[in-house]
Amino acid sequence: MAEEHIILQNVHKEFQRKDHTPTIALDDVSLTIKKGEFISLLGPSGCGKSTLLNIVAGLEKETSGKLLVNDKPIKGPGNDRIVVFQESGLFPWLSVLDNVMYGLLIKKVPKQEAQKRALDWLQKVHLGKFAHALPHELSGGMKQRVAIARALVTDPEILLMDEPFAALDEQTRMVLHMELDKLWRETGKTIIFVTHNIREAVVLSDRIVLMKTRPGGIKSIFPVQAARPRNSSDSILIHLENRILTELEQEMEKVLKEELGSDYALKTNDLRVDPSNNMGSDI
Amino acid sequence: MWPPLIIPNDPGGVTVVKTLINGIVDGQLLEATGSSLIRLFIGFFIAVVIGFILGFLIYKYKIIDDTLGFFVTSLQAIPNIVWMPLAILWFGLGVGSVIFIVILGAALSITITSSTAFKSVPPLLIRVASTMGSTGFHLFRTVIFKSTIPQQIAGLRLAWALAWRAVLAGELLGGSGGLGTLLDLGRSIQAMDLIFSIMIIIGVIGSFIDNFIFVRIERYVLRKWGILTTH
Repeated sequence: MAEEHIILQNVHKEFQRKDHTPTIALDDVSLTIKKGEFISLLGPSGCGKSTLLNIVAGLEKETSGKLLVNDKPIKGPGNDRIVVFQESGLFPWLSVLDNVMYGLLIKKVPKQEAQKRALDWLQKVHLGKFAHALPHELSGGMKQRVAIARALVTDPEILLMDEPFAALDEQTRMVLHMELDKLWRETGKTIIFVTHNIREAVVLSDRIVLMKTRPGGIKSIFPVQAARPRNSSDSILIHLENRILTELEQEMEKVLKEELGSDYALKTNDLRVDPSNNMGSDI
Repeated sequence: MWPPLIIPNDPGGVTVVKTLINGIVDGQLLEATGSSLIRLFIGFFIAVVIGFILGFLIYKYKIIDDTLGFFVTSLQAIPNIVWMPLAILWFGLGVGSVIFIVILGAALSITITSSTAFKSVPPLLIRVASTMGSTGFHLFRTVIFKSTIPQQIAGLRLAWALAWRAVLAGELLGGSGGLGTLLDLGRSIQAMDLIFSIMIIIGVIGSFIDNFIFVRIERYVLRKWGILTTH
Protein backbone atom coordinates (compact mmCIF):
# COMPACT_ATOMS: atom_id res chain seq x y z
CA MET A 1 0.00 0.00 0.00
CA ALA A 2 2.90 2.33 0.64
CA GLU A 3 3.79 2.39 -3.05
CA GLU A 4 4.10 5.84 -4.57
CA HIS A 5 1.46 6.33 -7.19
CA ILE A 6 1.48 9.98 -8.20
CA ILE A 7 4.51 12.19 -7.78
CA LEU A 8 4.42 15.95 -8.35
CA GLN A 9 7.77 17.71 -8.28
CA ASN A 10 7.99 21.50 -8.36
CA VAL A 11 4.95 21.78 -10.58
CA HIS A 12 4.50 25.32 -11.79
CA LYS A 13 1.63 26.68 -13.82
CA GLU A 14 1.19 30.13 -15.31
CA PHE A 15 -1.67 31.53 -17.32
CA GLN A 16 -1.26 34.31 -19.84
CA ARG A 17 -3.79 37.05 -19.26
CA LYS A 18 -5.19 39.13 -22.10
CA ASP A 19 -2.70 41.93 -21.38
CA HIS A 20 0.16 39.37 -21.46
CA THR A 21 0.96 39.57 -17.76
CA PRO A 22 1.36 36.06 -16.45
CA THR A 23 -0.77 34.89 -13.52
CA ILE A 24 0.78 32.21 -11.36
CA ALA A 25 -1.87 29.57 -10.73
CA LEU A 26 0.44 27.05 -9.09
CA ASP A 27 3.80 27.89 -7.61
CA ASP A 28 6.26 25.10 -6.96
CA VAL A 29 3.91 22.35 -5.86
CA SER A 30 5.46 19.09 -4.69
CA LEU A 31 3.31 16.26 -3.46
CA THR A 32 3.55 12.49 -3.32
CA ILE A 33 0.40 10.42 -3.31
CA LYS A 34 0.46 6.77 -2.32
CA LYS A 35 -1.40 3.98 -4.03
CA GLY A 36 -4.93 3.65 -2.71
CA GLU A 37 -4.81 6.93 -0.87
CA PHE A 38 -7.81 9.24 -0.59
CA ILE A 39 -6.47 12.76 -0.73
CA SER A 40 -8.43 16.02 -0.66
CA LEU A 41 -7.37 19.35 -2.11
CA LEU A 42 -9.05 22.01 -0.01
CA GLY A 43 -8.96 25.75 -0.37
CA PRO A 44 -10.74 28.96 -1.29
CA SER A 45 -11.54 29.72 -4.91
CA GLY A 46 -8.55 30.76 -6.95
CA CYS A 47 -6.06 28.60 -5.07
CA GLY A 48 -5.41 26.42 -8.09
CA LYS A 49 -6.90 23.22 -6.74
CA SER A 50 -8.86 22.52 -9.89
CA THR A 51 -5.86 23.45 -12.01
CA LEU A 52 -3.77 20.92 -10.11
CA LEU A 53 -6.41 18.25 -10.69
CA ASN A 54 -6.63 19.09 -14.38
CA ILE A 55 -2.87 18.80 -14.70
CA VAL A 56 -2.94 15.33 -13.16
CA ALA A 57 -5.84 14.48 -15.46
CA GLY A 58 -3.81 15.65 -18.45
CA LEU A 59 -6.46 18.18 -19.48
CA GLU A 60 -4.03 21.02 -18.83
CA LYS A 61 -0.27 21.15 -19.21
CA GLU A 62 2.08 22.32 -16.47
CA THR A 63 4.41 25.20 -17.33
CA SER A 64 7.34 23.53 -15.65
CA GLY A 65 8.01 20.76 -13.16
CA LYS A 66 7.74 17.03 -13.12
CA LEU A 67 4.67 14.88 -12.91
CA LEU A 68 4.88 11.10 -12.66
CA VAL A 69 2.15 8.49 -12.47
CA ASN A 70 3.52 5.00 -11.83
CA ASP A 71 6.97 6.49 -12.48
CA LYS A 72 5.93 7.52 -15.98
CA PRO A 73 5.41 11.10 -17.16
CA ILE A 74 1.89 12.08 -18.18
CA LYS A 75 1.14 12.74 -21.80
CA GLY A 76 -2.38 14.12 -22.11
CA PRO A 77 -5.59 12.60 -20.77
CA GLY A 78 -5.84 8.86 -20.39
CA ASN A 79 -8.40 6.41 -19.15
CA ASP A 80 -6.22 5.30 -16.25
CA ARG A 81 -7.15 8.66 -14.67
CA ILE A 82 -10.82 9.49 -14.99
CA VAL A 83 -12.34 12.76 -13.84
CA VAL A 84 -15.75 13.24 -12.25
CA PHE A 85 -16.75 16.88 -12.63
CA GLN A 86 -18.98 19.15 -10.59
CA GLU A 87 -21.71 18.75 -13.16
CA SER A 88 -22.33 15.18 -14.19
CA GLY A 89 -21.62 15.85 -17.88
CA LEU A 90 -23.77 12.92 -18.96
CA PHE A 91 -24.43 12.76 -22.70
CA PRO A 92 -28.08 13.79 -22.99
CA TRP A 93 -28.69 11.73 -26.14
CA LEU A 94 -27.60 8.45 -24.56
CA SER A 95 -29.55 6.37 -22.07
CA VAL A 96 -28.07 5.97 -18.60
CA LEU A 97 -26.79 2.52 -19.54
CA ASP A 98 -25.18 3.76 -22.77
CA ASN A 99 -23.57 6.60 -20.85
CA VAL A 100 -21.97 4.13 -18.44
CA MET A 101 -20.89 1.91 -21.33
CA TYR A 102 -19.23 4.80 -23.18
CA GLY A 103 -15.78 4.42 -21.64
CA LEU A 104 -15.88 0.63 -21.91
CA LEU A 105 -16.59 0.72 -25.63
CA ILE A 106 -13.61 3.06 -26.08
CA LYS A 107 -11.50 0.41 -24.34
CA LYS A 108 -12.80 -2.09 -26.91
CA VAL A 109 -14.68 -4.21 -24.38
CA PRO A 110 -17.17 -6.41 -26.31
CA LYS A 111 -20.68 -4.96 -26.25
CA GLN A 112 -22.28 -7.82 -24.31
CA GLU A 113 -19.70 -7.70 -21.57
CA ALA A 114 -19.74 -3.90 -21.48
CA GLN A 115 -23.48 -4.00 -20.93
CA LYS A 116 -23.14 -6.52 -18.12
CA ARG A 117 -20.43 -4.54 -16.36
CA ALA A 118 -22.34 -1.28 -16.78
CA LEU A 119 -25.47 -2.84 -15.27
CA ASP A 120 -23.40 -4.20 -12.38
CA TRP A 121 -22.10 -0.74 -11.63
CA LEU A 122 -25.51 0.87 -11.97
CA GLN A 123 -26.70 -1.58 -9.34
CA LYS A 124 -23.78 -0.63 -7.11
CA VAL A 125 -24.86 3.00 -7.23
CA HIS A 126 -28.50 1.91 -6.74
CA LEU A 127 -29.70 2.94 -10.17
CA GLY A 128 -30.34 -0.48 -11.71
CA LYS A 129 -33.96 0.47 -12.31
CA PHE A 130 -32.99 3.55 -14.31
CA ALA A 131 -30.70 1.88 -16.85
CA HIS A 132 -32.93 2.82 -19.77
CA ALA A 133 -33.89 6.28 -18.56
CA LEU A 134 -32.49 9.37 -20.22
CA PRO A 135 -30.26 11.70 -18.19
CA HIS A 136 -32.81 14.54 -18.09
CA GLU A 137 -35.22 12.26 -16.27
CA LEU A 138 -32.88 11.92 -13.29
CA SER A 139 -32.35 14.18 -10.29
CA GLY A 140 -29.02 15.91 -9.64
CA GLY A 141 -27.89 13.31 -7.12
CA MET A 142 -28.81 10.44 -9.42
CA LYS A 143 -26.92 12.03 -12.30
CA GLN A 144 -23.83 12.34 -10.16
CA ARG A 145 -24.16 8.67 -9.19
CA VAL A 146 -24.25 7.76 -12.89
CA ALA A 147 -21.17 9.90 -13.47
CA ILE A 148 -19.34 8.03 -10.69
CA ALA A 149 -20.44 4.67 -12.09
CA ARG A 150 -19.35 5.76 -15.55
CA ALA A 151 -15.91 6.62 -14.23
CA LEU A 152 -15.43 3.53 -12.07
CA VAL A 153 -16.79 0.95 -14.52
CA THR A 154 -13.68 1.31 -16.68
CA ASP A 155 -11.60 0.37 -13.64
CA PRO A 156 -9.23 3.36 -13.68
CA GLU A 157 -6.31 3.30 -11.26
CA ILE A 158 -6.95 6.88 -10.27
CA LEU A 159 -10.21 8.69 -9.76
CA LEU A 160 -10.08 12.47 -9.91
CA MET A 161 -13.07 14.28 -8.48
CA ASP A 162 -13.54 18.00 -9.09
CA GLU A 163 -16.07 19.20 -6.49
CA PRO A 164 -18.38 16.35 -7.49
CA PHE A 165 -21.00 17.02 -4.83
CA ALA A 166 -20.87 20.82 -4.70
CA ALA A 167 -24.08 21.31 -6.65
CA LEU A 168 -26.12 18.87 -4.55
CA ASP A 169 -28.31 19.43 -1.53
CA GLU A 170 -26.98 18.57 1.91
CA GLN A 171 -28.88 15.29 2.45
CA THR A 172 -27.97 13.88 -0.95
CA ARG A 173 -24.39 14.86 -0.34
CA MET A 174 -24.25 13.02 2.98
CA VAL A 175 -25.63 9.85 1.40
CA LEU A 176 -23.15 10.08 -1.45
CA HIS A 177 -20.28 10.59 1.01
CA MET A 178 -21.08 7.30 2.67
CA GLU A 179 -21.43 5.55 -0.66
CA LEU A 180 -18.19 6.98 -2.01
CA ASP A 181 -16.41 5.94 1.17
CA LYS A 182 -17.75 2.41 0.74
CA LEU A 183 -16.81 2.23 -2.93
CA TRP A 184 -13.34 3.50 -2.15
CA ARG A 185 -12.80 0.88 0.54
CA GLU A 186 -14.06 -1.88 -1.76
CA THR A 187 -12.07 -0.88 -4.84
CA GLY A 188 -8.92 0.58 -3.29
CA LYS A 189 -8.61 3.31 -5.91
CA THR A 190 -6.35 6.28 -5.51
CA ILE A 191 -8.68 9.27 -5.25
CA ILE A 192 -7.88 12.96 -5.53
CA PHE A 193 -10.87 14.92 -4.36
CA VAL A 194 -11.15 18.68 -4.89
CA THR A 195 -13.52 20.48 -2.56
CA HIS A 196 -14.09 23.75 -0.75
CA ASN A 197 -16.15 22.03 1.92
CA ILE A 198 -14.06 21.30 5.03
CA ARG A 199 -16.45 18.76 6.50
CA GLU A 200 -16.52 16.83 3.25
CA ALA A 201 -12.73 16.71 3.18
CA VAL A 202 -12.47 15.66 6.83
CA VAL A 203 -15.06 12.89 6.55
CA LEU A 204 -13.63 11.35 3.39
CA SER A 205 -9.86 11.77 3.22
CA ASP A 206 -6.71 10.10 4.44
CA ARG A 207 -4.85 13.36 4.01
CA ILE A 208 -6.08 16.89 3.43
CA VAL A 209 -3.94 19.26 1.41
CA LEU A 210 -4.83 22.81 2.34
CA MET A 211 -4.02 25.18 -0.49
CA LYS A 212 -3.16 28.87 -0.44
CA THR A 213 -3.81 31.65 -2.90
CA ARG A 214 -1.75 34.18 -4.81
CA PRO A 215 0.34 32.41 -5.77
CA GLY A 216 -1.56 29.12 -5.58
CA GLY A 217 0.24 26.34 -3.80
CA ILE A 218 0.25 24.02 -0.82
CA LYS A 219 -0.12 25.70 2.58
CA SER A 220 -0.14 22.65 4.82
CA ILE A 221 -1.08 19.00 4.89
CA PHE A 222 -3.27 17.41 7.56
CA PRO A 223 -3.39 13.66 7.99
CA VAL A 224 -6.80 12.42 9.14
CA GLN A 225 -6.45 9.62 11.62
CA ALA A 226 -9.94 8.43 12.38
CA ALA A 227 -11.55 5.03 11.89
CA ARG A 228 -13.85 4.42 8.96
CA PRO A 229 -16.73 4.56 8.29
CA ARG A 230 -16.61 8.00 9.77
CA ASN A 231 -19.21 10.04 11.49
CA SER A 232 -18.95 13.78 11.06
CA SER A 233 -19.73 14.29 14.77
CA ASP A 234 -16.60 12.32 15.79
CA SER A 235 -14.64 14.58 18.18
CA ILE A 236 -11.35 13.95 16.36
CA LEU A 237 -12.91 15.18 13.15
CA ILE A 238 -14.47 18.23 14.76
CA HIS A 239 -11.17 19.16 16.33
CA LEU A 240 -9.42 18.79 12.99
CA GLU A 241 -12.14 20.75 11.26
CA ASN A 242 -11.53 23.67 13.62
CA ARG A 243 -7.79 23.56 13.08
CA ILE A 244 -8.24 23.65 9.33
CA LEU A 245 -10.81 26.40 9.59
CA THR A 246 -8.40 28.60 11.54
CA GLU A 247 -5.77 28.26 8.83
CA LEU A 248 -8.30 28.68 6.08
CA GLU A 249 -9.58 31.91 7.61
CA GLN A 250 -6.18 33.52 7.21
CA GLU A 251 -6.29 32.63 3.52
CA MET A 252 -9.83 33.90 3.15
CA GLU A 253 -8.92 37.16 4.76
CA LYS A 254 -6.03 37.58 2.36
CA VAL A 255 -8.35 37.04 -0.60
CA LEU A 256 -11.05 39.34 0.74
CA LYS A 257 -8.55 42.08 1.54
CA GLU A 258 -7.36 42.00 -2.04
CA GLU A 259 -10.85 42.05 -3.42
CA LEU A 260 -12.56 44.46 -1.09
CA GLY A 261 -9.83 46.79 0.09
CA SER A 262 -7.16 46.63 2.77
CA ASP A 263 -9.34 47.78 5.67
CA TYR A 264 -11.54 44.71 5.37
CA ALA A 265 -11.20 42.47 8.39
CA LEU A 266 -12.85 39.10 8.62
CA LYS A 267 -11.90 38.26 12.17
CA THR A 268 -8.59 39.60 13.42
CA ASN A 269 -9.75 43.21 13.81
CA ASP A 270 -13.31 42.39 14.73
CA LEU A 271 -14.56 44.91 12.18
CA ARG A 272 -13.49 47.85 14.35
CA VAL A 273 -11.51 50.43 12.46
CA ASP A 274 -9.01 52.75 14.12
CA PRO A 275 -10.96 56.01 14.73
CA SER A 276 -7.96 58.09 13.71
CA ASN A 277 -8.38 56.69 10.22
CA ASN A 278 -10.56 58.49 7.81
CA MET A 279 -13.11 55.75 7.26
CA GLY A 280 -13.30 54.52 3.73
CA SER A 281 -10.45 56.68 2.48
CA ASP A 282 -8.61 53.71 1.07
CA ILE A 283 -11.47 51.85 -0.60
CA MET B 1 -59.36 39.90 -61.35
CA TRP B 2 -59.65 36.41 -59.84
CA PRO B 3 -60.33 33.16 -61.59
CA PRO B 4 -63.37 31.29 -60.25
CA LEU B 5 -62.40 28.74 -57.61
CA ILE B 6 -65.01 25.99 -57.91
CA ILE B 7 -68.03 27.29 -59.83
CA PRO B 8 -67.21 28.43 -63.40
CA ASN B 9 -68.43 31.77 -64.71
CA ASP B 10 -69.75 30.25 -67.95
CA PRO B 11 -70.86 26.65 -68.37
CA GLY B 12 -67.81 24.46 -68.97
CA GLY B 13 -65.45 27.38 -68.21
CA VAL B 14 -62.20 27.21 -66.22
CA THR B 15 -61.96 26.93 -62.43
CA VAL B 16 -58.89 26.58 -60.24
CA VAL B 17 -60.03 23.27 -58.79
CA LYS B 18 -60.74 21.82 -62.21
CA THR B 19 -57.35 22.87 -63.57
CA LEU B 20 -55.66 21.47 -60.48
CA ILE B 21 -57.42 18.12 -60.75
CA ASN B 22 -56.96 17.88 -64.53
CA GLY B 23 -53.31 18.81 -64.19
CA ILE B 24 -52.75 16.12 -61.64
CA VAL B 25 -54.76 13.50 -63.53
CA ASP B 26 -53.11 14.03 -66.91
CA GLY B 27 -49.72 14.24 -65.22
CA GLN B 28 -48.64 17.72 -66.31
CA LEU B 29 -48.61 19.22 -62.83
CA LEU B 30 -47.32 16.02 -61.21
CA GLU B 31 -44.42 15.86 -63.61
CA ALA B 32 -43.52 19.49 -62.97
CA THR B 33 -43.78 18.95 -59.20
CA GLY B 34 -41.59 15.89 -59.48
CA SER B 35 -38.83 17.65 -61.37
CA SER B 36 -38.90 20.60 -58.96
CA LEU B 37 -38.62 18.25 -56.00
CA ILE B 38 -35.75 16.29 -57.53
CA ARG B 39 -33.83 19.55 -58.04
CA LEU B 40 -34.65 20.53 -54.50
CA PHE B 41 -33.35 17.26 -53.07
CA ILE B 42 -30.18 17.14 -55.17
CA GLY B 43 -29.36 20.78 -54.43
CA PHE B 44 -30.25 20.49 -50.77
CA PHE B 45 -28.21 17.33 -50.30
CA ILE B 46 -25.10 18.87 -51.84
CA ALA B 47 -25.71 22.05 -49.82
CA VAL B 48 -25.88 20.03 -46.58
CA VAL B 49 -22.57 18.31 -47.32
CA ILE B 50 -20.84 21.58 -48.27
CA GLY B 51 -22.42 23.47 -45.37
CA PHE B 52 -21.38 20.91 -42.76
CA ILE B 53 -17.82 20.71 -44.04
CA LEU B 54 -17.40 24.50 -44.18
CA GLY B 55 -19.14 24.90 -40.82
CA PHE B 56 -16.80 22.36 -39.25
CA LEU B 57 -13.70 23.99 -40.75
CA ILE B 58 -14.82 27.39 -39.47
CA TYR B 59 -15.29 25.89 -36.00
CA LYS B 60 -12.00 24.03 -36.07
CA TYR B 61 -9.58 26.57 -37.49
CA LYS B 62 -9.59 30.15 -36.31
CA ILE B 63 -7.86 31.37 -39.45
CA ILE B 64 -10.71 29.99 -41.58
CA ASP B 65 -13.24 31.56 -39.23
CA ASP B 66 -11.57 34.96 -39.60
CA THR B 67 -11.40 34.77 -43.38
CA LEU B 68 -14.06 32.48 -44.83
CA GLY B 69 -16.46 33.05 -41.94
CA PHE B 70 -16.68 36.75 -42.69
CA PHE B 71 -16.96 36.07 -46.41
CA VAL B 72 -19.84 33.61 -45.92
CA THR B 73 -21.73 36.09 -43.74
CA SER B 74 -21.36 38.79 -46.39
CA LEU B 75 -22.50 36.45 -49.16
CA GLN B 76 -25.50 35.44 -47.08
CA ALA B 77 -26.63 39.07 -47.19
CA ILE B 78 -27.08 38.80 -50.97
CA PRO B 79 -30.49 37.31 -51.89
CA ASN B 80 -29.63 34.14 -53.79
CA ILE B 81 -31.80 34.91 -56.82
CA VAL B 82 -29.44 37.80 -57.54
CA TRP B 83 -26.96 35.10 -58.63
CA MET B 84 -29.31 33.82 -61.32
CA PRO B 85 -28.04 35.99 -64.20
CA LEU B 86 -24.51 34.89 -63.39
CA ALA B 87 -25.60 31.27 -63.07
CA ILE B 88 -27.25 31.40 -66.48
CA LEU B 89 -24.02 32.74 -68.00
CA TRP B 90 -22.01 29.99 -66.30
CA PHE B 91 -24.30 26.98 -66.63
CA GLY B 92 -26.75 28.06 -69.35
CA LEU B 93 -30.53 28.09 -69.13
CA GLY B 94 -31.36 24.79 -67.51
CA VAL B 95 -31.16 22.47 -64.56
CA GLY B 96 -27.55 23.37 -63.77
CA SER B 97 -28.21 26.98 -62.93
CA VAL B 98 -31.32 26.13 -60.87
CA ILE B 99 -29.38 23.62 -58.76
CA PHE B 100 -26.56 26.15 -58.40
CA ILE B 101 -28.98 28.68 -56.93
CA VAL B 102 -30.39 26.08 -54.56
CA ILE B 103 -26.94 25.01 -53.35
CA LEU B 104 -25.82 28.59 -52.90
CA GLY B 105 -28.91 29.56 -50.95
CA ALA B 106 -28.94 26.58 -48.62
CA ALA B 107 -25.20 25.95 -48.20
CA LEU B 108 -24.44 29.43 -46.90
CA SER B 109 -27.21 29.21 -44.35
CA ILE B 110 -26.12 25.72 -43.25
CA THR B 111 -22.50 26.86 -43.00
CA ILE B 112 -23.48 29.61 -40.60
CA THR B 113 -25.86 27.55 -38.47
CA SER B 114 -23.59 24.50 -38.29
CA SER B 115 -20.48 26.48 -37.37
CA THR B 116 -22.47 28.20 -34.62
CA ALA B 117 -23.71 24.81 -33.46
CA PHE B 118 -20.21 23.32 -33.35
CA LYS B 119 -18.95 26.35 -31.45
CA SER B 120 -21.60 25.88 -28.79
CA VAL B 121 -20.76 22.29 -27.86
CA PRO B 122 -20.46 22.32 -24.05
CA PRO B 123 -16.73 22.10 -23.19
CA LEU B 124 -17.66 19.88 -20.23
CA LEU B 125 -18.85 17.10 -22.56
CA ILE B 126 -15.60 17.26 -24.53
CA ARG B 127 -13.58 17.09 -21.31
CA VAL B 128 -15.62 14.14 -20.06
CA ALA B 129 -15.09 12.27 -23.30
CA SER B 130 -11.38 13.01 -23.50
CA THR B 131 -10.77 11.97 -19.91
CA MET B 132 -12.27 8.61 -20.87
CA GLY B 133 -9.84 8.31 -23.74
CA SER B 134 -11.86 9.58 -26.71
CA THR B 135 -9.84 11.47 -29.32
CA GLY B 136 -9.90 12.60 -32.93
CA PHE B 137 -12.69 11.32 -35.14
CA HIS B 138 -14.19 9.20 -32.36
CA LEU B 139 -14.59 12.34 -30.26
CA PHE B 140 -16.19 14.15 -33.19
CA ARG B 141 -18.54 11.30 -34.06
CA THR B 142 -19.67 10.38 -30.56
CA VAL B 143 -19.74 13.75 -28.82
CA ILE B 144 -19.19 16.91 -30.86
CA PHE B 145 -21.54 16.02 -33.69
CA LYS B 146 -24.14 14.34 -31.50
CA SER B 147 -24.42 17.25 -29.14
CA THR B 148 -25.12 19.66 -32.01
CA ILE B 149 -27.97 17.63 -33.49
CA PRO B 150 -30.84 19.79 -32.12
CA GLN B 151 -29.26 22.95 -33.53
CA GLN B 152 -28.32 21.24 -36.81
CA ILE B 153 -31.93 20.23 -37.36
CA ALA B 154 -33.14 23.77 -36.68
CA GLY B 155 -30.54 24.93 -39.21
CA LEU B 156 -31.63 22.39 -41.83
CA ARG B 157 -35.23 23.42 -41.38
CA LEU B 158 -34.32 27.02 -42.07
CA ALA B 159 -32.13 26.07 -45.03
CA TRP B 160 -34.73 23.81 -46.59
CA ALA B 161 -37.22 26.69 -46.73
CA LEU B 162 -34.56 28.83 -48.44
CA ALA B 163 -33.85 26.00 -50.87
CA TRP B 164 -37.50 25.56 -51.79
CA ARG B 165 -37.75 29.29 -52.53
CA ALA B 166 -34.58 29.13 -54.59
CA VAL B 167 -35.86 26.24 -56.73
CA LEU B 168 -38.98 28.14 -57.73
CA ALA B 169 -37.26 31.43 -58.28
CA GLY B 170 -34.62 29.71 -60.37
CA GLU B 171 -37.14 27.86 -62.48
CA LEU B 172 -39.20 31.00 -62.94
CA LEU B 173 -36.22 32.86 -64.38
CA GLY B 174 -34.16 30.08 -65.83
CA GLY B 175 -36.78 27.91 -67.49
CA SER B 176 -35.98 24.20 -67.78
CA GLY B 177 -39.32 22.80 -66.61
CA GLY B 178 -40.64 22.35 -63.12
CA LEU B 179 -43.30 24.28 -61.25
CA GLY B 180 -41.57 27.63 -61.66
CA THR B 181 -41.43 27.36 -65.45
CA LEU B 182 -45.06 26.33 -65.50
CA LEU B 183 -45.87 29.46 -63.51
CA ASP B 184 -44.13 31.55 -66.13
CA LEU B 185 -46.11 29.71 -68.80
CA GLY B 186 -49.32 30.51 -66.92
CA ARG B 187 -48.34 34.17 -66.96
CA SER B 188 -47.64 34.25 -70.69
CA ILE B 189 -50.90 32.53 -71.69
CA GLN B 190 -52.79 34.49 -69.04
CA ALA B 191 -54.09 31.34 -67.34
CA MET B 192 -54.72 32.49 -63.80
CA ASP B 193 -56.35 29.17 -62.94
CA LEU B 194 -53.04 27.44 -63.72
CA ILE B 195 -51.05 29.97 -61.69
CA PHE B 196 -53.32 29.52 -58.69
CA SER B 197 -53.18 25.73 -58.98
CA ILE B 198 -49.40 25.85 -58.90
CA MET B 199 -49.36 28.25 -55.98
CA ILE B 200 -51.58 25.83 -54.06
CA ILE B 201 -49.21 22.96 -54.82
CA ILE B 202 -46.18 25.00 -53.74
CA GLY B 203 -47.82 25.92 -50.46
CA VAL B 204 -49.02 22.40 -49.74
CA ILE B 205 -45.61 20.83 -50.43
CA GLY B 206 -43.85 23.47 -48.35
CA SER B 207 -46.00 23.01 -45.29
CA PHE B 208 -46.10 19.22 -45.76
CA ILE B 209 -42.34 18.84 -45.69
CA ASP B 210 -42.02 21.30 -42.82
CA ASN B 211 -44.73 19.73 -40.66
CA PHE B 212 -44.34 16.08 -41.46
CA ILE B 213 -40.57 15.88 -41.68
CA PHE B 214 -38.78 18.69 -39.89
CA VAL B 215 -41.21 19.45 -37.09
CA ARG B 216 -41.50 15.75 -36.24
CA ILE B 217 -37.77 15.14 -36.21
CA GLU B 218 -37.25 18.31 -34.22
CA ARG B 219 -39.84 17.35 -31.60
CA TYR B 220 -38.43 13.87 -31.28
CA VAL B 221 -34.89 15.15 -30.84
CA LEU B 222 -35.81 17.92 -28.42
CA ARG B 223 -37.80 15.51 -26.27
CA LYS B 224 -34.99 12.97 -26.24
CA TRP B 225 -32.41 15.62 -25.37
CA GLY B 226 -34.64 16.84 -22.55
CA ILE B 227 -34.95 20.33 -24.01
CA LEU B 228 -38.68 19.96 -24.64
CA THR B 229 -40.62 18.32 -21.83
CA THR B 230 -44.22 19.15 -22.71
CA HIS B 231 -46.49 17.45 -25.32
